[in-house]
Amino acid sequence: MIAEITRIRHKYLRHDKKFPHVWCPGCGIGIVLGSLIRAIDGLGLAKNDLVLASGIGCSGRLPAYVDFNTLHTTHGRALTFSTGIKLANPSLNVLTVMGDGDATAIGGNHFIHAARRNLNLTAIIINNQIYGMTGGQYSPTTPYGSNSTTSPYGHIEHAFSIADLAVTSGASYVARGTVYHVPALDKLISRGIEKEGFSVIEIMTNCHTQYGRRNEMSDPVTMMKWFKDHAVTTTRAKKMSPEELKGKFSIGVLTDIDKPSYTEEYQKIRDRAKGREVKS
Amino acid sequence: MKPTLLTGNGAAARGVRLAGIDYLPAFPITPQTEIIETLAQWIQAGEMDCRMVTMDSEHSMITAAGTAAATGVRVFTATSSQGLLYGMEMIYTVAGWRAPFVLVNVSRALSSPITLEPDHNDVLAARDSGFLQIHCSTCQEVLDAVLLAYRLGEDERVRLPVIVNLDGYYLSFTREPVLIPSRKEAARFLAPYDPGETHFRAGDPVSQGVAVLGGSQYSYFRYETHLASIQALSVFNEICREYEKITGRVYEAVEGYRTTDAEIVFFMLGSFATKAKDAVDHLRKTGLKVGLVRPRLFRPFPAQAIIRHLADKKGVAVVDQNLSQGKGGILHAELSSILYNEERRPCVLVSFIGGLGGRDISVEEFFEMARVTVQAAESGKTPAPRLLYTHEELARMRGLQSIAGNRSPGH
Ligand SMILES: Cc1ncc(C[n+]2csc(CCOP(=O)(O)OP(=O)(O)O)c2C)c(N)n1
Ligand code: SF4
Ligand SMILES: [Mg+2]
Repeated sequence: MIAEITRIRHKYLRHDKKFPHVWCPGCGIGIVLGSLIRAIDGLGLAKNDLVLASGIGCSGRLPAYVDFNTLHTTHGRALTFSTGIKLANPSLNVLTVMGDGDATAIGGNHFIHAARRNLNLTAIIINNQIYGMTGGQYSPTTPYGSNSTTSPYGHIEHAFSIADLAVTSGASYVARGTVYHVPALDKLISRGIEKEGFSVIEIMTNCHTQYGRRNEMSDPVTMMKWFKDHAVTTTRAKKMSPEELKGKFSIGVLTDIDKPSYTEEYQKIRDRAKGREVKS
Repeated sequence: MKPTLLTGNGAAARGVRLAGIDYLPAFPITPQTEIIETLAQWIQAGEMDCRMVTMDSEHSMITAAGTAAATGVRVFTATSSQGLLYGMEMIYTVAGWRAPFVLVNVSRALSSPITLEPDHNDVLAARDSGFLQIHCSTCQEVLDAVLLAYRLGEDERVRLPVIVNLDGYYLSFTREPVLIPSRKEAARFLAPYDPGETHFRAGDPVSQGVAVLGGSQYSYFRYETHLASIQALSVFNEICREYEKITGRVYEAVEGYRTTDAEIVFFMLGSFATKAKDAVDHLRKTGLKVGLVRPRLFRPFPAQAIIRHLADKKGVAVVDQNLSQGKGGILHAELSSILYNEERRPCVLVSFIGGLGGRDISVEEFFEMARVTVQAAESGKTPAPRLLYTHEELARMRGLQSIAGNRSPGH
């Protein structure tokens, strides 16, 4: 087991250059990183064909630690960088890591349009319900009523559900996981990478430093316990009444549909223009 | 009066508090965030009667600041670097509305590569927008500049938004003794905002943001804004004298330090000028007649005052903490353009680029710049622009490149 962990670490992480990492002790982003490299290893993807782009934030630091093609971009714009890479070189596997602020505040427009176009990209959204890096200001996913440095009296805005937003915007694959339910998370990410079309994996993550401390969950364990107690699998959620579901959130696959991706459609036009036969 | 130890960010917040603002649209970004956090705490404690909203980006933040100002209230906002650039569309737009407010920019160098530390490319990107610009070199100046900025921008002869600039880290996070004016003093200098015709009022509707086609009306309004900016020069001098009467602190559009008998002068913006002063003092002890000229006001550009300060000098070392890619130092270009037609212009202008991305400029480097400038003045030959960069730095850089497996087109 230990040998296996070491093998994966040495294969995928810039273990001799970039560590120790910058995250707070117990931060959930490290767990996401672990899941991500296990998923990639399980799929047997070649490192050279992988690109990982990120925005800016605590989550945005993630590509610094992995040993494949990486791009640390600007706040909110990660998906547009990925779009350029994917359209110019469709054979690459392009993964995009974003924070909740990155993906749904300053970069919200890119997110819904990437989903609508159904670009063949994988978006991993690390939802810690706060702007972690800049000091705990509320984000579009900060729950109503909760405290942040910019909502000291309780937040008066209502939160986005990132996964629901992705579903209604047209993504082919949408899943939600948490850093407590790790084996399930490995699978959700793996399926998302495999999927043709735009796939979104929203990962509920503990930022005890900026979010938890202001909301009576000041350590990682309490936050993990909160995820454990409030997450319901999609299968179970189907059998529950709206009353029972109140205050809970569902985890698992929310959407997995087949529809032509932008990348495929674009290739068809190119083929047609060149007079080649179009595969249907 | 006893000074208080304040960071540059703290001093900015103090100034804003004294200005009695009504509205604060905000968005966090390092190294600015401390300003809005400090103001948020005062609002929370009931010490400031102000509305504050965190927006979803700087683009919406600057828009909200402009529209709020257009309704006739006193507005403040702050940002840095990528945030200022992200809001740039609105920087131009709101300047054209002639609705005054103050934006503090805490300078931080721009991507790429990504960094958190300062240079002036961010604020200089807003140079041509219509925003006025005041550049600070100490924490005291930051506090005072915020109050001056409101008076200046709100003056009916001006009516333009103002950027107050301070350097990230070197000022934003450095504590210096600051004299804080009393509420009374601040109020004597800065009366409640009288927006005049600038308001949104039920029963008196106005139409803003009207499209103009054909160029004629567009030219008219753009030139009007330019003239208002130029007008701000004399207004600035006027209000500085008033500020001096109340606080005893003397400000001018251009700071001259030991320039009267100087033969060689450093010309630069921002907090590194305090290091230049130190270098000037050292060099004076060796018998070299050196001085410093530092524009406080950068827009409008105080051309006449600069020309006066630099008249008959032998050489000027222009220290640009910015880089216009493919051209060189921005300050050097600005200075050259105002001196060209002057009979008493300095013999040589030598261009140095330094302090990019927060790189320090050491006192020794100021000595070297003075030496090169003296030599240029004596020989009459102006050397090529020079980046302040040591052999040790280059060796370290090469080391890092070899670890990374150097694939970049190196020189
Ligand atoms: C244009 C721009 N505005 C603001 C910032 C400052 N900034 C850096 S990270 C961040 C928010 C981070 O929140 P999130 O995306 O949720 O990531 P987290 O740190 O929580 O992982 C902000 C506002 C920036 N880098 N660029
Ligand atoms: S601030 Fe929050 S998100 Fe950032 S490293 Fe710390 S725990 Fe993680
Ligand atoms: Mg976040």
